[in-house]
Amino acid sequence: MNTKARSVLGSTRRDFLKTAGAAGAIALTIGFEWSLSTRRAFAGPAAAGAGATFTPNAFLRIGTDNRVTVIAKHVEMGQGAYTGIATIVAEELDADWAQIQVESAPADAKRYANLVFGTLQGTGGSSAMSNSWMQLREAGGKARAMLLAAAAKQWKVPVADLTVEKGVVYHAPSQRHTNFGALVATAATLPVPETVQLKDPKDFKLIGHTAPRVDAPAKSDGTAQFTIDVTLPGLLVALLKRPPRFGGTVKSFDAAAAAAVPGVVKVVQVPGGVAVVAKSFWAAKQGRDALNVEWDESNAEKRSSAAIMEEYRHLADQPASSARKQGDAAGAIKDAAHRVSASYEFPYLAHAPMEPLDAVVKLSANACEIWAGDQFQTIDQANAAHTAGLDPQQVSIHTLYAGGSFGRRANVWSDYIVEAVSIAKAYGADGTPIKLQWTREDDIHGGLYRPMYFHKLEAGLSADGRLTGWHHVIVGQSIMAGGPFAVMIKDGIDPTSVEGAANIPYDIPNIAVDLSTTKTGVPVLWWRVVGSSHTAFVVEAFIDEVAHAAGQDPLSFRRKLLEKQPRMKAVLDLAAEKAGWGTPLPPGKGRGIAVAEAFKTLVAQVAEVSVSKDGEVRVDRVVCAVDCGTPINPDIITAQMEGGIGFGLGAVLYSAITLKDGRIEQDNFNGYRVLRINEMPKVEVHIVPSAEPPTGVGEPGVAPVGPAVANAIFAATGKRHYVLPLSKA
Amino acid sequence: MSTSFVLNGKPTTLDADPNMPLLWAVREVAGLTGTKFGCGMALCGACTVHLDGKAIRSCITPLSTVAGRKITTIEGLASTPAKAVQSAWVKLQVPQCGYCQSGQIMSATALLETNSAPTDADIDSAMSGNICRCSTYPRIRAAIHAAADSIKAQA
Repeated sequence: MNTKARSVLGSTRRDFLKTAGAAGAIALTIGFEWSLSTRRAFAGPAAAGAGATFTPNAFLRIGTDNRVTVIAKHVEMGQGAYTGIATIVAEELDADWAQIQVESAPADAKRYANLVFGTLQGTGGSSAMSNSWMQLREAGGKARAMLLAAAAKQWKVPVADLTVEKGVVYHAPSQRHTNFGALVATAATLPVPETVQLKDPKDFKLIGHTAPRVDAPAKSDGTAQFTIDVTLPGLLVALLKRPPRFGGTVKSFDAAAAAAVPGVVKVVQVPGGVAVVAKSFWAAKQGRDALNVEWDESNAEKRSSAAIMEEYRHLADQPASSARKQGDAAGAIKDAAHRVSASYEFPYLAHAPMEPLDAVVKLSANACEIWAGDQFQTIDQANAAHTAGLDPQQVSIHTLYAGGSFGRRANVWSDYIVEAVSIAKAYGADGTPIKLQWTREDDIHGGLYRPMYFHKLEAGLSADGRLTGWHHVIVGQSIMAGGPFAVMIKDGIDPTSVEGAANIPYDIPNIAVDLSTTKTGVPVLWWRVVGSSHTAFVVEAFIDEVAHAAGQDPLSFRRKLLEKQPRMKAVLDLAAEKAGWGTPLPPGKGRGIAVAEAFKTLVAQVAEVSVSKDGEVRVDRVVCAVDCGTPINPDIITAQMEGGIGFGLGAVLYSAITLKDGRIEQDNFNGYRVLRINEMPKVEVHIVPSAEPPTGVGEPGVAPVGPAVANAIFAATGKRHYVLPLSKA
Repeated sequence: MSTSFVLNGKPTTLDADPNMPLLWAVREVAGLTGTKFGCGMALCGACTVHLDGKAIRSCITPLSTVAGRKITTIEGLASTPAKAVQSAWVKLQVPQCGYCQSGQIMSATALLETNSAPTDADIDSAMSGNICRCSTYPRIRAAIHAAADSIKAQA
């Protein structure tokens, strides 16, 4: 793998993927150029005007009632995708924000592929805005052109004499005006233009100007519909009893006690365990509690996480695969005047979205209808079809608001969807709608964690304090192995294991980054900001330590190594300036800085911490600077930085999933501690003005907060911590 | 077995297992789905409702214990503080995924109904039982202060 290794979701490489897993039938093209897809998306004629609506393309329709409905191909899971998508369309359409509503797209990869993923419909890798940008500008712009053409035709005037503002078309010479709704019938009969002139960014009225979130009102009065809220006639609720250790299977079970619980309708065995299907959650829960299952654990993972970490420590000294080799790192370190070394330990992490995983499935002999906060529509469709014994075209998906995900709902095994479909199948596939509901315990025990990692680093400094060599060894599980993305693994390197490390931004003459990929029985998955959830910590905490060893200020030490990275240097400088870097702080307080690039977005943060006499850490303030290209919605960018900081901080300070003899030791939010409001620092966000194409903001804000805090703790106490979470150190 | 209580101002009788947590009775029997399930152990606050005006966790409250009492869910919020909270939530663009926000709003409303000018420490104490994995915490804090200010301005 070259040094440009990135997460597959941010990949720009052309790789043809074939699913090796259950789905079998999906073919994915990663890195398909957006322009090609855009041409394809717009290749057909305009959908015939269906009477009361104008549907110029797959992304919007306008009714005679003047409502503009934007079709969102990305799930809204908190990141603001619905608002961002609608903003781009409304901008080029010159619609009034008040006339916009958003509807989720059906599962249909032909029309709704994520252009960063190629031919796959799905959301992830902080790509919703970057892949939609030109596609939706064109969609809005062409619709606008057709509305103008319709007005010109109706009024028999030249198009050049028309203007549009806030959803109203004006003909100044005749002082006529009309709203979009009145033009729908005519517009629907017109051809879609081949090309369209997009706006000059200086004329943007919505982009860069913070349109309010389309989902805020419904999410403030309890009416927003999540999967858990789906009600259908005859709906049953299922809970699944899963093996207590990963890799366990059902040996036998006695359903009598469960079946005797009032409200329990059926107890069915499925590949993942034994499900209790009942008339209510409460009945299903009591039924599951009463269920007796004997497990076959002959192939189960029975190790403890401490034993796994011990193995990783050992592996760090063994030969590994090379993710980056530049110059002679070993030689440079050997010849260095000063050497610095450190190792870091990271636990498994659960995503723990507030809405425990759930899916509603209505399965009959020839159709499967799914309701879910679905993040990987094409893969979920294929996996559901395979499970049900149907064709993917027979599977329809209603994508609802997802109550958080942080990566959990985007998995190539479609675990929770497949469970729900297999339960519906075992129940009889008779069209009864069944809601599979996970509990919090199911979620915490449920695997697909951010992997555990061990990192070992060594650096060499010249006598005059120059960083001459950098050797970084990473030990941990591959996220992509065993699934369709495994074809992204080249020469033993899963790009998600080394992103943020192999492409370290600092200008160091000799660099070696090695990876030792491990195997455990614990299933793993990407977790918000993926590789940078650990690599950014390591790189930024260690560079801080190296700067200290060189006797230099950590900011100026970094700046010298970033001469060739002007955008990164600029965010670093902005965060430092706004945080008052270098100004004195009272005793017991410290300031730390860190910078990271993730999914092409650059984020720098300065954390200020207080450490009490008994070592308790309180993060008082985080100043954040972000460069994400053209800012589409500054308030959502700010919110994603705030949220990313809180999410990352909770993990770094408190969260860990640990195993004892193969059993997960945490059950709920008591054992799996996450950040609460009283632990949230003040956050200030500064957005770098930019005319570059937009890049993502959902994940990158998570990356620098951990090392910024760790470096601040060092500044306050003189002590560095190498084991996460920091509260355990 | 049925339990009678006042739900959002209306006398209500629900025919359900008296041990069923109020959360599920409200959601699946009464059909009010604004109140959310997050942990089932009173650890996250997503299920917060008001029992006689006080914020409680409905996921651990057996239905039988609310007999004859007043329950308010997000659907039944009508007080001045409640409306101030909800409008501050929209104005300050608090929600992200939104799943925890019913519970946050119920806790914030209960706070403002007893304390019209909460300090940051009061907010920490009233709101630290409500987890938001999106970490909308800075905006929750700001929205509670904004709601308090707007109530004061109306008075």
